[in-house]
Amino acid sequence: MEIREIIFYIIAAFVLGSGIMAVSTRKIFRSAIWLLSTLIGIAALYFWMDLEFIAAVQIVVYVGGIVVLIIFSIFLTHKSGDEMPKIAIKRKLPAAFAVLFAFAFTANLLLHNSFALSATKSFDLSVDRIGTLMLTTGDGGYILPFEAVSMLLLAAMVGCIVIAMKIKKEEQ
Amino acid sequence: MTPISITHILLLSTSLFFIGMYGFFTRRNLITLLMSVELMLNSVNINFVAFNKYLFPEKLDGVFFTIFVITIAAAEAAVAIAIIINLYRSHQSIDVEDAGEMKF
Repeated sequence: MEIREIIFYIIAAFVLGSGIMAVSTRKIFRSAIWLLSTLIGIAALYFWMDLEFIAAVQIVVYVGGIVVLIIFSIFLTHKSGDEMPKIAIKRKLPAAFAVLFAFAFTANLLLHNSFALSATKSFDLSVDRIGTLMLTTGDGGYILPFEAVSMLLLAAMVGCIVIAMKIKKEEQ
Repeated sequence: MTPISITHILLLSTSLFFIGMYGFFTRRNLITLLMSVELMLNSVNINFVAFNKYLFPEKLDGVFFTIFVITIAAAEAAVAIAIIINLYRSHQSIDVEDAGEMKF
């Protein structure tokens, strides 16, 4: 077994273990911290696949942005340290069965499918290539989704401000 | 043991997706539901990147989809947390059972 494979299995165990803890622990703050370590493990998987740019984006946006946002909202809505109510077994069991069945079905499909790997061409993920393609209008260019996402972010920002704004009582 | 191929990575992302789905089914707290959705989105990102790298290495479409999914997930989390905090102000609870009506 090569060192590369051992690293993959370590990353996989880390991601799956902290993912299971994130959905099953009863303290909500610990759940957020387990989610954080899952996201870091996924970034490590991107590094393992030689996708440094995506790994950096993952760490900056998810770990630096979304998890911090989630932790702030936990602090605003919960007392730290109190546990969430126990989940009834009659709700846990059907969910576990449904999920396990769906996982077995998908894994069966995956294991019996042969992928047409193309190992001949090399994978070029340099940042200047990403930047050029992102702002190209021609073949393989992504300027239209880029502009659409910029509008979406603006709309989300305005929407957040409107939703979370305190409504002043009308003066009578 | 066989060397790591795309199947291993896809099995990892499938497991992560269904872990997120289990959390989505069992949790009753809006913030933890949001965290489960983030797990599922991340597993989809792994799929996009793996297909791009191993099956179509001359293109970059999967990488771009991953970048856009991460962007939209950030926007979605921000809007969802604004809604959750607003709901907490009006109901003093963020349990889905207490959020039955959609009145203003």
